[in-house]
Amino acid sequence: MTSRRIFLRNSALAMVGVGAAPLWLQRALYAKDAPSPRKKILVAIFQRGAADGLNVVVPHGEKAYYNLRPTIAVPRPAAGNADAAIDLDGFFGLHPSLAPLKPLYDQGHLAIVDAAGSPDPTRSHFDAQDYMESGTPGRKATEGGWMNRALPKAEGKPSPVRAVSLGPTLARTLAGPNPAVAVQTIEGFQVRDKAAGAEFEEMYMNSSDPLLRAAGQETFEAVSILQSVQKRPYEPSAGAQYPAGRFGASLKQIAQLIKADVGVEMAFADIGGWDHHVNELGQRASEGQLANLLREYGQALAAFWTDMGDRMADVALVTMSEFGRTAHENGNRGTDHGHANCMFVMGGAVKGGKVYGQWPGLEKEQLYEGRDLALTTDFRDVLGELVAKHMGNGSLAGVFPGYNPKFLGLV
Amino acid sequence: MRKRALLGLACALGLLGANTARQFTRQIPGKEKVDQALNRLTFGPRPGDAGQVHKIGLKKWIDLQLHPDRIPENPVLTAKLKMLDTLSMSSSELVRNYPAPQMVRQMVNGQLPFPTDPERRRMIRKLVEREERKLGAVPANAPQPVALRDVLSPEEIRSLRTGTPQQRMAAIEAMPPEKQDEVIAAMPNGMLQPMFALATPELRRKIELAQGPAAVIARDLAESKLLRAIYSNRQLEEVLTDFWYNHFNVYLDKGADRYLVTAYERDVIRPHVLGKFRDLLEATAKSPAMLFYLDNWQSVGPQPPPRGGRAVAQRRGLNENYGRELLELHTLGVDGGYTQKDVTEVARCFTGWSINQPQRGGEFVFRERQHDRGEKVVLGVTIPAGGGIEDGEKVLDIVARHPSTARFISRKLAQRFVADDPPPALVDRMAQTFLKTDGDLRAVMKTMIDSKEFWSVGAYRSKIKSPFEMVVSAVRAVNGDVDFAQALMNQVAQLGEPLYRKVEPTGYSNASGQWLNSAGLLARMNFAVQLAGNKVPGVKVESADAKVLGSPEFQKR
Repeated sequence: MTSRRIFLRNSALAMVGVGAAPLWLQRALYAKDAPSPRKKILVAIFQRGAADGLNVVVPHGEKAYYNLRPTIAVPRPAAGNADAAIDLDGFFGLHPSLAPLKPLYDQGHLAIVDAAGSPDPTRSHFDAQDYMESGTPGRKATEGGWMNRALPKAEGKPSPVRAVSLGPTLARTLAGPNPAVAVQTIEGFQVRDKAAGAEFEEMYMNSSDPLLRAAGQETFEAVSILQSVQKRPYEPSAGAQYPAGRFGASLKQIAQLIKADVGVEMAFADIGGWDHHVNELGQRASEGQLANLLREYGQALAAFWTDMGDRMADVALVTMSEFGRTAHENGNRGTDHGHANCMFVMGGAVKGGKVYGQWPGLEKEQLYEGRDLALTTDFRDVLGELVAKHMGNGSLAGVFPGYNPKFLGLV
Repeated sequence: MRKRALLGLACALGLLGANTARQFTRQIPGKEKVDQALNRLTFGPRPGDAGQVHKIGLKKWIDLQLHPDRIPENPVLTAKLKMLDTLSMSSSELVRNYPAPQMVRQMVNGQLPFPTDPERRRMIRKLVEREERKLGAVPANAPQPVALRDVLSPEEIRSLRTGTPQQRMAAIEAMPPEKQDEVIAAMPNGMLQPMFALATPELRRKIELAQGPAAVIARDLAESKLLRAIYSNRQLEEVLTDFWYNHFNVYLDKGADRYLVTAYERDVIRPHVLGKFRDLLEATAKSPAMLFYLDNWQSVGPQPPPRGGRAVAQRRGLNENYGRELLELHTLGVDGGYTQKDVTEVARCFTGWSINQPQRGGEFVFRERQHDRGEKVVLGVTIPAGGGIEDGEKVLDIVARHPSTARFISRKLAQRFVADDPPPALVDRMAQTFLKTDGDLRAVMKTMIDSKEFWSVGAYRSKIKSPFEMVVSAVRAVNGDVDFAQALMNQVAQLGEPLYRKVEPTGYSNASGQWLNSAGLLARMNFAVQLAGNKVPGVKVESADAKVLGSPEFQKR
């Protein structure tokens, strides 16, 4: 019988060392697996540091945008201008660094939701990230995250790698009652000394401590599943070229894991470095911190799309950032913490080629608190639709307690 | 059928409840008491520690640990800490001696003077070079970038480039000190890093300085934290410093905090861990590190319009970050009975609590003009209008003495030292002591350590070690000889607890479940194998069993 770990922020119910685990922690293993239909997969990407949505998806049709940002606005679309926004629909455009994503948009696989984000007024990075990962803006005491709660009910024995968080620790959004593994690198996910590994595995399997036994069991099951993945050196398909760096590596490994059919249903990766208070762009919009970061970002997402190929039919990838940035530039050619942002949704089943959401405008009276892009779509509307319609988990009240998502028709 | 199952479940839970209560009353036998004391009040037993405790007597040993000033410090530790000169500097000295890239930029722009001291000039050469590449030129009095060919002959360069790290190191060691300085400063980081593990302590320091002055401060902090945890005789003081830093967490990498944390841990946290909570609280409230981290230094009240002019729209305003975390995380706790209105009122009380030149390592300053002098009501207490700095101090009085604070702090301590889900009766008694002694933390610790719960079967070996605890206890268990702790610092980060780098003000969790993730467990096992095999750079281990260090049992304390 397996015990389930419960990841709790304050571990109010941890039962380590208090004799046998109570009955409700024990679950019977069900009979042998039935061949399961190919499952849907959700990949969530978190841009940590509050990405400047207004310079990522440029509202070039909005006159106020150019008044508010005299030195760091992205120029209106113009043929042959490498610094100009890439037009999407006559009003919005992409930052030029995101050129690799334009074909996806045109082919209808990439949707953008603008003026989206969290309604909570906090401008604290950590609070806002916490709220977005837990799925409960304004509430700090929520245990675990929306992504863990969104996992559909498992049929038969769940794969130990149903939910994967790329990085050295488990992302808050994947903490919760369902098993989830933190993977720094696929290659490193093993005990290097094989003999020692076998001994450790036996010790964990026989441990009298139920939580350690359960954690060890999940770990070694995941190791064993990933061993088959480690044995096959990975070549991205169709010539996909991931950029160098941690984010490219994360997406490449997510692709590797999905294609290895080891049962991944939820994957999470993050990319930092978006907090551009100073010198957000160089002298030209195609240069400077944000331009460089977007180049890496766009290339990684596009490579993921190419690499996944047909499998993208089962995959939805969604991006988010804890909040946006001020509509106006500050005195240091940068922007400060703001409010609404934009979200990307990419996937085979996505109704892309469109910018969703209600554009509130950037005139003074249209701004949130007179300074930021106002919010017109709650991030949970986007995530909720993906959880319900793509992942097939309709119990959204459990995933986003206290909120009733309104779908936009993205899927 | 369902009803029966539910009844069965209820019975099981009822039994379990009784079971749990009994677990926290049944005492562990004598020998295990020494284990418990070492596991909970130190960072893990070293060979021979149990014998030492027996010799002194358990009660006496505990009493000593509660009075660290009575314990002579380990001379091995003192010697190892000597090289880490940043540890004894004030924040402004740190800024002056180890300038950050922004400061070097200001020097190049003529806003700040270049240092005259040759060692410091050498140290910032690479940063000056970076500025030169951006701007195309630097002032004549700037330390000039130096290439290897300026200090070495072509043959010397060739042998450096083609030699093994050992050979390179030997070649540099053979040079006179001034030449060493120049060569190290001119070598690219890629060549320097492999030599680090082979260098003498003095040369290691030079390599660190050449790689970037600001990073030295962070490394010294982590190095010192590890060395103290491993070697200090005042173990409980170190455990409590870890606990209280975490409770009053500051994220090292947030801007100016890079230069403010050294003084924060040394002068604000460590001296107060067994003193009065009110003193500790005020020290954190007035610390530049905390004021910067939670943005209170920029929090201002409503500004009067300038004389004769129109009212100008305020660019800055009230910042509630500190006010909220003070109540939610530092004192009452999230369920402690405060409202959003209280948060705002508390924030108003702390307007004007600021820092004089935070980017230059400045000190606390109360800015009268930024203070909101209106009347405030905090947790039902009216603070009359017209007050100054005493408004914030009054808030500290109120929250430090609040029953919710007594309970919140007691529960956190019990969670760290007794059990993940500490028995409520114990927490109550600790809270009573807290209130009765006006927040005397030593007394609260004594109530906890003297309790039957502390020595109970339910508490014994019931917690999972945090990454820091695991790494330190492993080195202690094998009597590892630590020459430098950098590799250990990286291990702790790999296991999931980068030191001083918890971004959120909640700090790292005191509960075990947090650490039970697969990447962390695998990293522990791999570390166990490495350490036992004497393969951790900077740590010498003579004989150790990886099976012990990586076992599930060793992950518990």
